[in-house]
Amino acid sequence: MTTDAEVIIKVENLHKVYNKVHALNGINEEIRRGEVVVVVGPSGSGKSTFLRSLNLLEVPTEGKIYFEGTDITDKATDINKHRQRMGMVFQHFNLFPHMTVLKNLMIAPMKLQGKSEEEAKKKALELLDRVGLAHRADAYPSQLSGGQKQRIAIVRALAMDPDVMLFDEPTSALDPEMVGEVLDIMKELGREGMTMVVVTHEMGFAKEVADRVIFIDQGVIQEQNSPAEFFGNPQNKRLKDFLSKVL
Amino acid sequence: MFGSVELTMFEKIEEKFQKFCDRFVLNFIEDDRYMYLVKGLMITLVVTFFAVLIGALLGFIIALIRSTYTKTGKLRILNFLCNIYITVIRGTPVMVQLLIIYFVIFGSVNINKVFVAVLAFGLNSGAYVAEIVRSGIMAVDEGQFEAGRSLGFTYAQTMRIIILPQAIKNILPALGNEFIVLLKETSICGYIALEDLTKAGDIIRGRTYDAFMPLIAVALIYLVLVIIFTKLVNSLERRLRSSDH
Repeated sequence: MTTDAEVIIKVENLHKVYNKVHALNGINEEIRRGEVVVVVGPSGSGKSTFLRSLNLLEVPTEGKIYFEGTDITDKATDINKHRQRMGMVFQHFNLFPHMTVLKNLMIAPMKLQGKSEEEAKKKALELLDRVGLAHRADAYPSQLSGGQKQRIAIVRALAMDPDVMLFDEPTSALDPEMVGEVLDIMKELGREGMTMVVVTHEMGFAKEVADRVIFIDQGVIQEQNSPAEFFGNPQNKRLKDFLSKVL
Repeated sequence: MFGSVELTMFEKIEEKFQKFCDRFVLNFIEDDRYMYLVKGLMITLVVTFFAVLIGALLGFIIALIRSTYTKTGKLRILNFLCNIYITVIRGTPVMVQLLIIYFVIFGSVNINKVFVAVLAFGLNSGAYVAEIVRSGIMAVDEGQFEAGRSLGFTYAQTMRIIILPQAIKNILPALGNEFIVLLKETSICGYIALEDLTKAGDIIRGRTYDAFMPLIAVALIYLVLVIIFTKLVNSLERRLRSSDH
């Protein structure tokens, strides 16, 4: 674990209330550059809300989030600039169905980073090649399998050269035989030093790749530790209960 | 004996055909009466064309305002005004709206009737287009929106690059239908003494005391216009659908 690395995301006293339901109840957390942090918890625990708050897809009710030193919860901050440096991968892929795979990868770099079509295309093809999907460059998302869609979604986010990748249950909507191909790419990313925050139910992934595992329940972080300690020697009663159900 | 019966039947048919030709000449050829239809058709097409432009522009703007309010809570006052507009326009007959614009709003000034008709039908169509477009925007999966925003696109960019292209594809049949309705609705232009296609048929009827010929001709012209327009919309739809396999 890279404890001396620079803090890239800092969360202070994060609260989120929707229609009187407290989804997040005061979360404090720091994510360091190069870390792979896996967030687990029962459904409805607030783990997805926590992740989605990090790039402000959920606007916190209270608390502050600093990304690379800037308070992004400040109204004066241009969140769009910061989101360009935070890639996000969704449970349901959310590829743009009216664009080819190639266009899905090229659109954001061209429109937001001012890259030329050739530059964007070159980078997109490199990324597609990396995930073994260069031959599907001209396909539309509806022609792809779930696993292929999610691999495309990952490289779509990577095309922006983000500093952090956020994964919101990236394998939950996949058929079991396709989970592996997506996790393999995520593992490789983690090994290459990408900073990642991953909400998932894949405990195997957490054990193998995570630097740190966080357990969220009832909108607070109940326990966090290295994977070995987290799974081998859980302290929190809720965590023990949770692990006994999922392992 | 058989032969003479056939002959009279043939003569009867010939007589009927001759009568038909005479009526055709009376209604359309004499005094160049077909020109009423030609000029009327031009008026109908001009009014429809510009009303469609205004309706589409207004409809898209209103739909964007309303869906922005629904999605983000912004533009509260504009949304409120749009709601009033849609309620009033959809809650009153288009003919009454046309009469009010001509006789009340522009009652005291001398104004071009084509302009009044374009304005009335454009304003009317805008309300219906707005609801069609809004339903199209709201039907695009919320995940598309989040994906766009998460990449760093602004709200407006996400709308333009990601949401609207998908929405338009889905609402094209409904939009096509709205414009067909609009084309046929312009047939009430006669109420402000604007000589559109329908009014032209009626003028010929008044000159020749023959209802059949001019009115059927008018109906056929509308029918042909609608068929052509439907074909155009269908081919556009097929082109846009090419990405859905």
